[in-house]
Amino acid sequence: MSANQDGANLLEVRGLTKIFGTLTACDHVDLNIAKGEIHALLGENGAGKSTLVKMLFGSLEPNSGEIFWNGQVVRIANPGFAKKLGIGMVFQHFSLFEALTAAENIALSLDDGSPISTIAAKARALSYSYGLPLDPESLVGDLSVGERQRIEIIRCLLQTPQLIILDEPTSVLTPQEADKLFETLERLRSEGKSILYISHRLEEVKRICDRATVLRHGKVVGHCNPREETAASLARMMVGNEVKAVVRAPAEGIETAQPLLEIRALSRKPATPFSIPLKNINLNVRAGEVIGIAGVAGNGQGEFFESVSGEVLQQDTASVRIRGKDAGGLGITGRRLMGAAFVPEERLGHGAAPRMKLSENLLLSRHATDGKVFVGAGGMVKSEAIYSAAQRIIKAMDVRKSAPDPEAAALSGGNLQKFIVGRELDRKPGVMVVNQPTWGVDAGAAAHIRQALIELARSGSAVLVISQDLDELFEISDSIAVMHNGALSRPLPIAEATFEKIGLLMGGAEPGHAEHTLETA
Amino acid sequence: MDITVNILLTIATAATPLLIAAIGELVVERSGVLNLGVEGMMIMGAVGGFGAGYLTGSPWIGLLAAIALGALFSLLFAVMTLSLATNQVATGLSLTLLGLGLSGMMGTSFVGQPGQRLPNLDIPGLTSLPVVGRLLFGQDPIFYISIALTAAVMWFLFKTRTGLTLRSIGDSHTSAHALGIHVIRYRYLAVIFGGACAGLAGGHLSLVYTPQWVENMTAGRGWIALALVVFASWRPWRVLAGAYIFGAVWIGQLHAQAFGIPVPSQLLSSLPYLATVVVLVLISRNKRLTMMNTPASLGQPFVPDR
Repeated sequence: MSANQDGANLLEVRGLTKIFGTLTACDHVDLNIAKGEIHALLGENGAGKSTLVKMLFGSLEPNSGEIFWNGQVVRIANPGFAKKLGIGMVFQHFSLFEALTAAENIALSLDDGSPISTIAAKARALSYSYGLPLDPESLVGDLSVGERQRIEIIRCLLQTPQLIILDEPTSVLTPQEADKLFETLERLRSEGKSILYISHRLEEVKRICDRATVLRHGKVVGHCNPREETAASLARMMVGNEVKAVVRAPAEGIETAQPLLEIRALSRKPATPFSIPLKNINLNVRAGEVIGIAGVAGNGQGEFFESVSGEVLQQDTASVRIRGKDAGGLGITGRRLMGAAFVPEERLGHGAAPRMKLSENLLLSRHATDGKVFVGAGGMVKSEAIYSAAQRIIKAMDVRKSAPDPEAAALSGGNLQKFIVGRELDRKPGVMVVNQPTWGVDAGAAAHIRQALIELARSGSAVLVISQDLDELFEISDSIAVMHNGALSRPLPIAEATFEKIGLLMGGAEPGHAEHTLETA
Repeated sequence: MDITVNILLTIATAATPLLIAAIGELVVERSGVLNLGVEGMMIMGAVGGFGAGYLTGSPWIGLLAAIALGALFSLLFAVMTLSLATNQVATGLSLTLLGLGLSGMMGTSFVGQPGQRLPNLDIPGLTSLPVVGRLLFGQDPIFYISIALTAAVMWFLFKTRTGLTLRSIGDSHTSAHALGIHVIRYRYLAVIFGGACAGLAGGHLSLVYTPQWVENMTAGRGWIALALVVFASWRPWRVLAGAYIFGAVWIGQLHAQAFGIPVPSQLLSSLPYLATVVVLVLISRNKRLTMMNTPASLGQPFVPDR
């Protein structure tokens, strides 16, 4: 806080505008970053945050507007020039090379031509001095997401930047790893460096940021001191109106209810050298309950979802049981016919065929389960029945679109996700398994989807939600289990679960050990 | 003894064009570009090399012409796939078809003409040493180039910063772009290098192997070179091993046919392909190593958003 009193702006942005086709992603954005401050950039998905920082880092070219660096007008034509100015960036979607070592990855972004061994030694020393230990010889493909982010940060710091841009840095970290990151950021601030911090986690922003700029639909809608705001008031600025809170009705009689989805000693060998094996997973999801699976990305959640949904079949048919029957040997359609529904993480290409209409996507996933309704005699498709069912889902989920029946790729991520979730909910499935239900979905739509999942469970279905968003899991789950390195912990009832307990499990603490230390602490 | 030396010499001559074309394509694919036009660039090198040698009377000018024509032809591929972001598979295939047709047309007047042959190396004293003399010191110049090229590419890819950058582009062109690496520039240079190598390999066919011009004289060698790169899991020394195994079995089965071994000739002719695939698959069993060496962005067009 003390360093930014001299009023010198390291970076000033005036009227920066970027237009993609008919969409104005950034509309005359103004932004000032002082020396030695942590400046938050807030906004919902699609508000233009990423577009703005890409222009600051030279990977996108603005249509109009000016950027001042230390008071001088600059044109940042490419990332190389941004680095030369002293701008470093830690990307949201990592820009690492999996087949190379950490040291090689770091060397690629330094242009000084020093040998890899020198760079490795420097990286090791720097990483330990900031308390982010790193083995430069390790292969990136073998590292956890948290460790990969350390490489990104060390790589950025080795360039000795004046301004560090961090795009959603904590979305892949455990709460404890995030604390470590905040210490690093505060140390950097005390060294006089400026930080542009992008996040949608408002508690974090309140904790470490000095000032905030809020974007909505590509426009700056406000500046504030986050410490003087509440999370609710910040959210209101971002969304533009109140976000309806999710209501979790008490679950009654869950203890005696039938398990509808049973996972018994599910194991799986790693499919590729860089993927995670599943280790003896056991879980029951009973009628009426929502179970959440937390975990840092890349700990086997994707592999687990594939095994449960039937994208990958199991040797042991009893390792996945749906409504009391073995389903491990059945494919996706077979499991759907038993009353299960699945929503994968990847929307385009996995959850929906991008170049096909919504009604066609509906038919693709439900031609078997709703064969009588959608397919007539001789395999002829009943277009009208499908069209009206699609319209029913669009209405129920409040999907916003530009045409009556657009292609899936034409929808924004949040709206497509609402349609995909709605498509499965519309069947009233007995078992629903969702991977990252609200990833990249704006706050309003996310609340809608979460509420719908809770209501499905309360109407007597078993709901399993895999998510990296701890806030979300605490909002909707009756119990939370944690996946770490391919193994699943015992589910903790929500009344016993705390951020700290779950965080320790996410970091790999032994379940028994974690509980013990917390009880004594 | 003399027979053994002769057989070894013919093996080297059969393996050299495969090795050169494959090493060039290896560099191209390491940068993430799949150029299926090796056969086309090779035949252009062959006709260019023969033609320039025949018209000027100097096989050395022929050699340079072969390299230049291969590189020029690959430039066409580079402009299409890198600047205009066309589909690499389709463009590569059409490059092969175009090369085969164009070379046939260019070479009509060369058919049946005597060609120029690059002289073998002859170092007084050394070349006349028994056995090793002719093997080590008496081969054609392109043989030495091929070995040096393999070593140089190995050193470049795994020991230099530029080589590391090239490999990183092949692993993820979006990450490389985000770091400020000029993806397209590197790929242009890699593709042109690959073209020059394919041209040189073609030149070897028409200036050393059989110093004459015959239509379609590459006879599928470009395709074998492409397959070698994949089966060798994008590693230079394995490409060298693969090329020599292929050459050895190829020459071996020719001798077997000449001896009249009672095995159908078609089966013998297929042996080199079979043996090469089996050996290279066996040495590529380590899935982890293969994964590390496979260029993950191979064949994907790259269009940076601005």
